[in-house]
Amino acid sequence: MIIESTLMVDLFLVTFACFSAGAVAALIPTPSSALARVVGHGCALVGAIAAIAFGVAGLAGGSMEFIVPDLLPIGGAAFGVDRLSAFFVVVIALGAIPAALYAIGYTREYAGKHSLAAMAFAFNVFVAAMILVALARNVLTFLALWEIMALASYFLLITERERDDTLHAGWVYFVMTHAGFAALLVGFLLLAQATGTISFTEWGAAAAKLDAGSRNLIFVLLALGFGTKAGIIPLHVWLPLAHPAAPSHVSALMSGVMIKLGVYGLVRVAFDWLGVGPLWWGATILIVGAVSGVLGVLYALVDADLKRVLAYSSVENIGIIMLGLGAAMLFQASNLPGLAALALVAGLYHALNHAAFKSLLFMGAGAVLHATHTRNMEDLGGLIKRMPQTAIFFLIGSLAIAALPPFNGFFSEWLTFQSLLLSFQISAHTVNLIFALGVAALALTSGLAVACFVRAFGITFLALPRSEPAALAREVAWTMRAPMALLALACVVLGIAPSLVLAPLEATVFDLMGGHADMRFDLTAVVANGEFGWVAPLWIAVGLAAFLMAIALGLRVIRANKQWRYYETWGCGRALQTARFEFTATAFANPFKRVFALLYRPVKELDIEFHPESRYFVRTIAYYNEGRLIFEDALYRPLLRLIQALAREARVLQSGNVHRYLVYILATLVALLILTV
Amino acid sequence: MLSEIAIEVLQLLIVMFGSPLLVGVIRKAKARLQGRRGATILQPYADIRKLFLKEVVVSENTSWIFRFTPYLLATTMLLSALIVPVLTTRAALGFMGNIIALMYLFLLGVFFLALAGLDAGSAFGGMGSSREVALAALAEPTVLIAIFGIALRAGTTSLDGIITRFAAEPLLMLNAGHLLAFFAFFIVALAENGRLPVDNPSTHLELTMIHEAMILEYSGRLLALVEWAAGMKLFLFLTLLSNLFFPWGVALTNTPVALFSALLALAVKLLIFAVAIALVETSVAKLRLFRVPELLAGSFTVALLAVVTAFFIR
Repeated sequence: MIIESTLMVDLFLVTFACFSAGAVAALIPTPSSALARVVGHGCALVGAIAAIAFGVAGLAGGSMEFIVPDLLPIGGAAFGVDRLSAFFVVVIALGAIPAALYAIGYTREYAGKHSLAAMAFAFNVFVAAMILVALARNVLTFLALWEIMALASYFLLITERERDDTLHAGWVYFVMTHAGFAALLVGFLLLAQATGTISFTEWGAAAAKLDAGSRNLIFVLLALGFGTKAGIIPLHVWLPLAHPAAPSHVSALMSGVMIKLGVYGLVRVAFDWLGVGPLWWGATILIVGAVSGVLGVLYALVDADLKRVLAYSSVENIGIIMLGLGAAMLFQASNLPGLAALALVAGLYHALNHAAFKSLLFMGAGAVLHATHTRNMEDLGGLIKRMPQTAIFFLIGSLAIAALPPFNGFFSEWLTFQSLLLSFQISAHTVNLIFALGVAALALTSGLAVACFVRAFGITFLALPRSEPAALAREVAWTMRAPMALLALACVVLGIAPSLVLAPLEATVFDLMGGHADMRFDLTAVVANGEFGWVAPLWIAVGLAAFLMAIALGLRVIRANKQWRYYETWGCGRALQTARFEFTATAFANPFKRVFALLYRPVKELDIEFHPESRYFVRTIAYYNEGRLIFEDALYRPLLRLIQALAREARVLQSGNVHRYLVYILATLVALLILTV
Repeated sequence: MLSEIAIEVLQLLIVMFGSPLLVGVIRKAKARLQGRRGATILQPYADIRKLFLKEVVVSENTSWIFRFTPYLLATTMLLSALIVPVLTTRAALGFMGNIIALMYLFLLGVFFLALAGLDAGSAFGGMGSSREVALAALAEPTVLIAIFGIALRAGTTSLDGIITRFAAEPLLMLNAGHLLAFFAFFIVALAENGRLPVDNPSTHLELTMIHEAMILEYSGRLLALVEWAAGMKLFLFLTLLSNLFFPWGVALTNTPVALFSALLALAVKLLIFAVAIALVETSVAKLRLFRVPELLAGSFTVALLAVVTAFFIR
């Protein structure tokens, strides 16, 4: 074991000592589950705080090498850190700190019903594995941890395994994540074979000498593998099932953080391991990003399940990140390193922002679920009066995810727009057109995101409660509010002080691709590409606050009438308004359903049971307006049928006869020996 | 520096006090075109004053969002007035954002107004909110692609930079792409401001309303703020159209003469736009709601053409 005691290694060891302690403490058998809940998650909290210190030190330029030689064959378990890894450690820790704190309060409800020991154990393993994935430095280390991460999240996901839909979601996740794993495995092995090394740090130099065909094949395989984890369309099918089914603090981690490791992998593939690729790599990523953005938010817009809305919106945000990443690849291939760096900075900034606001929103949805026991928006409403603090936090998250100034989502989308608009410096018409469509897709995405989160916040929190549980809801415990407050603060700070992040991010991207991002920034203002575009989010925030106060003061000065009277909502003269008069989530989404009917393919059904005596009296009336999921129907069903058919054919091999199996083994061995010798 | 701040204050005052006049002029022009005499062009001032002096009646169901929104709406417009080059390209606070930041500032207002529409729990408000955000979302690609078209020719997305560039090289504007981008942006301006053929600002039938349905529950000074903010939004959009696409007259230096002629030029350009809007509103009927996306898709195509022509003619 090679250990030089430096600050980085110390922080690394402290981090994982905490997670190990948490995992072990969770498993100690005690009569009460409080130990697992509080100490298990508490250790994870401390570990995540140590991890953020580790990440910040790494971004400041700290490096380390940590190898456990005999833990894994060929090269052992190797860990190291560069700025990109450190940045993703910060992203993971930013999600894990509030999630661990939130879990202490949120999992109280599971006591007695589910094993809190297993939950806290898996939670520690999950967070630790995610951090180690970002630090892994060779193929076997990476794949082993990738699999541990997938399994730990799978076990967390199926916590409520008495429910059929949870088991189904878990199964789909399990299958998709392993399909992605298979693609990664083949891609990695091909790359390792072609370069003659399994060490990540040596791939960059060796891969440039590969022939175009195998590089393309490796790129496609790795992009499929990482894309499955990131949840890009059409590989997203597990995401809208899995994220709502998991306990909310786990949803926050999976949606806010885990899918970012797919982004991490893609950044590594495109800028580190394979080097500069042909134009079509970047074009593919950009187009996939545009499609994921628009379709992700369109699906989010019509769903009535609050957590599924957030899950689909993760697909959308991954799409926005992919727009930045694809643009960076296209700029790099067009020999514009400054703009490539700018686009990658935009994409990575959005990844960080998404971790903040998506975790916040999932925790808000978790608080609603905790207080009302429903995720169905049609049964919610009026929660702003019953859970005022949760409502403010959810509102801040909604504003941030809708990319409205001065919150953080605005800044990263603004930067993405700048880099996409700067594409006119490329002089290939096809590429120009792809970028133009990228601009349009991002604009449509952000417009639809505004609609989506007006609906999510407005229907859930405003007006009158639509059900008894919503009317009786109470504010949640402080352990659940404090993490939301922390993340809401992060959404504001990351929005108004982008220079805090831009400086280390610029250095990260410079290390990775050797170009300085084409921008200038100081504490308040950011300028892209000379005088091309600028924004000063801090001043926008100050201006908003100043004018709000000025207007309030101005109304006093002009002596506006200050009298207030409360009265019923106008209902065309009908007295006694009830929640049944309110606009519903379904109705709110209806204009979109009609405009984008080609995508949703809505199936409308009206079941009316008439009174036997007369058709003028209705006994029951039921209205269904379900959309169909075109990817599930058109892509996955035929694929599954094909696999089933193949499996039936392959059944011939499986006779149950042990002798025959021994023959198979022998034949395979001989064949492999002949191949290798 | 002091004079620059004075000019910012002047721009702010022009937007604040000019916007009711613009609304009054449009109404008057519309009335005359329809053969009515119409109210005086100063009527909107009287309306706002009246509303400020009236008691506020608020629905019992509403939360702080409903009370906060009018203030925020007016705030976003006032802040935008500092960013938009109304008279001069040398405003002190133009560094706050470029045209994209400006568009997102407008969206911030839309977001809160749509929430306020839902807050009272009335079906009309919810319907208005749903339609408003749908139209805003569908207009957004046109906005950004039109901006792309302008940025391509001007080489910048800063509002001041675009005007300076076009004023220096007017020939840049003499091509099909510029006109197409203008046309696309004009349609978006109509849609975003709730004008015909997208929405009828003077409708009294709840089922056809969009903007008016959303603000149905407002009264008193809250309504005054909402109406005033809507006027400012129209004023700012038309100023953008005037100054970005026809930059003649905008002051490039801060001399009193240049500023005065800029004010005159702005007045003339806005008058032309006011008459144009009155003409459109007199001659076309409101589109069915589900026809509007076709209009917006059309304007998007026009904007995309503006970008494509820019790629091929350079």
